Amino acid sequence: MDFRDSPEEAAFRDRLRGWLTEQAGAFPTSGDEYWARQGDWHRALHAAGFFGLSWPKAYGGHELPPVYDVILDEELARAGAPARPSLGYLVQGLGRHGSEELRRRFLPGMIDGTERWCQGFSEPGAGSDLASLTTSATRDGDTYVLHGHKIWTSYSDVADWCLLLARTDPDAPRHKGISAFIVAMDQPGIEQRPLKMMSGVTKEFGQVVLDGATVPADQMVGAPGEGWALAMTVVGHEREPSTLGFTARYGKLVRELLARTDGTPPPELSWAIVETEMLRLHVRRRLSEQLDGVSHGPEGSLDKLLMTWTEQTVGHAALAVGGTGDPDLLHAYLYSRAQSVMGGTSQIQKNIVAARILGLGA
Amino acid sequence: MDVRLTAEQRQLRDAAARLANDLGPGAVLDLDDADRIARLEKAVEATGWRALRSDGASGVEVALVVEEFGRGLVDVPLLGPVLADDLAPGASSATVAVAGAARDARGMRQAVEPEGGRVLATEVGPLTSGVDLTRRDAELRGNREQIATLTDEAAVRWRTLALVATSADLLGTARGAHALAVDYAKIREQYGRTIGSYQAVAHLLAEGLALIEGSISVLRHAAWAVDELPPDEALHAARIAKLYCARAARTVCETAVQVHGGIGNTWECLAHVRLRRALASAELFPVRLEEIDRGLS
Ligand SMILES: Cc1cc2nc3c(=O)[nH]c(=O)nc-3n(C[C@H](O)[C@H](O)[C@H](O)COP(=O)(O)OP(=O)(O)OC[C@H]3O[C@@H](n4cnc5c(N)ncnc54)[C@H](O)[C@@H]3O)c2cc1C
Repeated sequence: MDFRDSPEEAAFRDRLRGWLTEQAGAFPTSGDEYWARQGDWHRALHAAGFFGLSWPKAYGGHELPPVYDVILDEELARAGAPARPSLGYLVQGLGRHGSEELRRRFLPGMIDGTERWCQGFSEPGAGSDLASLTTSATRDGDTYVLHGHKIWTSYSDVADWCLLLARTDPDAPRHKGISAFIVAMDQPGIEQRPLKMMSGVTKEFGQVVLDGATVPADQMVGAPGEGWALAMTVVGHEREPSTLGFTARYGKLVRELLARTDGTPPPELSWAIVETEMLRLHVRRRLSEQLDGVSHGPEGSLDKLLMTWTEQTVGHAALAVGGTGDPDLLHAYLYSRAQSVMGGTSQIQKNIVAARILGLGA
Repeated sequence: MDVRLTAEQRQLRDAAARLANDLGPGAVLDLDDADRIARLEKAVEATGWRALRSDGASGVEVALVVEEFGRGLVDVPLLGPVLADDLAPGASSATVAVAGAARDARGMRQAVEPEGGRVLATEVGPLTSGVDLTRRDAELRGNREQIATLTDEAAVRWRTLALVATSADLLGTARGAHALAVDYAKIREQYGRTIGSYQAVAHLLAEGLALIEGSISVLRHAAWAVDELPPDEALHAARIAKLYCARAARTVCETAVQVHGGIGNTWECLAHVRLRRALASAELFPVRLEEIDRGLS
């Protein structure tokens, strides 16, 4: 066991630190401005060789051990840079379930940031109970025709592509009739409806109404009926702080809050420091475990709970330090409330832990 | 000892509740409905409740009306004018000034505040926007002028009333958020059942109700104490109430957001409007834990 950097890791960290010093302050870190320039940030990170660190080289990654993602997150936090764009779960979903042809066509653009993606799973009536989704995909020659309504779709307004779940077999049992597609967002059958977050941010997520949109049949990801398995891969990874890189966001905010308090931090901030450090170390441990090939099971739900508590503790610290008069801090607090909902609510994570790890109940 | 409300107090509370239900915002879109706000303003002005204190009302009565207005998200001034009236009876169209801004200032013309042994008044300038979408702050304009004097004891009493009034608003806001979430839990279905039938959701809401009951108890004592206990004891009671109600209200409002899931995180859901109001009332006349310096009574 060694918590210190290896010589290669230390060299990487140095190089990254140097690059971040040059970039300092060039990219907005919050609010609508962040979302507006997130694509530029993504491409800049990738062009400099600092994005997709643990992903295959064939698709634009660097095939480095996962611990490099930790180094990246730590240094982003330290430099006060924006968090890395979180799309690891989409990469995993497409990587694991897509054909080699689809992977070659779509992964490079996803990873280098030249093509933007969104995830069209949730619907007004199907959130926690995703398998009750009703968006339909009906085969018509070489294409499928889509009808339905997706909601809370993050970054839908800037996305080129949507990884979309739709029902291809209405007669099959609920989990079996769902398939996944790569759908072009810019087409007549798709209407984008804005959705404002409670913080007032309008760029975070949107609604996507599908009324006769089409998708080529060969852009189905996996086999017909494999949509549910793909969804489980995606949400499983969406629960992991290591995939999401959010530790950088919390670390950065905690540093900013500390800088504002002269002398003793209020108790809320002290707790935020403790939680943030826990999460940083937790991510290190989890990523090290991946070196043994430990795969992602229901443990992801524990990680998601730890991440959520950390973010919400930091949110309360932001209120304690800055009050509501500081728009950035108020926003950080309000945004922290979403963490216990997105990617599966905290109640659902606890159900999973109780049932699948502890063997309690159904 | 009998700490129940009197029949008159219950009538006052019911009247305030009716007014809030009839004319308060029922949806986020209603916040921009100028017609509704004008009708609400007229109705509130007609009740005379902005001058409750100079009409001889006790702290308990003030708390009851403010609580119902918080529950109903009433978006015309009440708390500010009530406090102004206590400080400077007869000052017309007045609210309070705190830390360089007029509070609860929509449609108000002057803002009053205590300083040293004096009561100062300033003209209210343009409205500003902040965390609270239902009560607006405003800039102060021109010179502050002395309009009255104030004894130390009166200043402490006034501060106590301010803590009680903001605590009452917090309690009402929590009750409103809780009711919203309970209603939603009864109709939203996932996995073929209402979400309220899941213990995870039901327990959150049960905890919320317990926090509300605790808030009622500390607030009722503090509201009574305003006029009945020596100033330092009354202030202590009000600090306890403020700390408790602020923490309870934030928790209950956060729960309301959580129970609404994705919808709860959108602008269109009233849950965040209530959360925002709770944050604003917690910050107005704040109490720090360090101020609770006395042993248990
Ligand atoms: C910021 C943000 C970004 C998002 N981004 C995306 C995205 O990019 N793509 C996408 O597809 N979706 C996205 N979502 C949607 C998200 O996945 C859903 O909101 C979430 O799964 C909850 O579903 P719901 O909103 O329908 O809430 P509901 O499922 O209706 O839940 C309401 C309440 O009931 C509880 N509940 C429900 N079922 C149970 C149960 N069985 N046991 C105990 N409690 C239960 C929940 O915990 C919650 O408190 C996003 C959401 C947010 C807030």
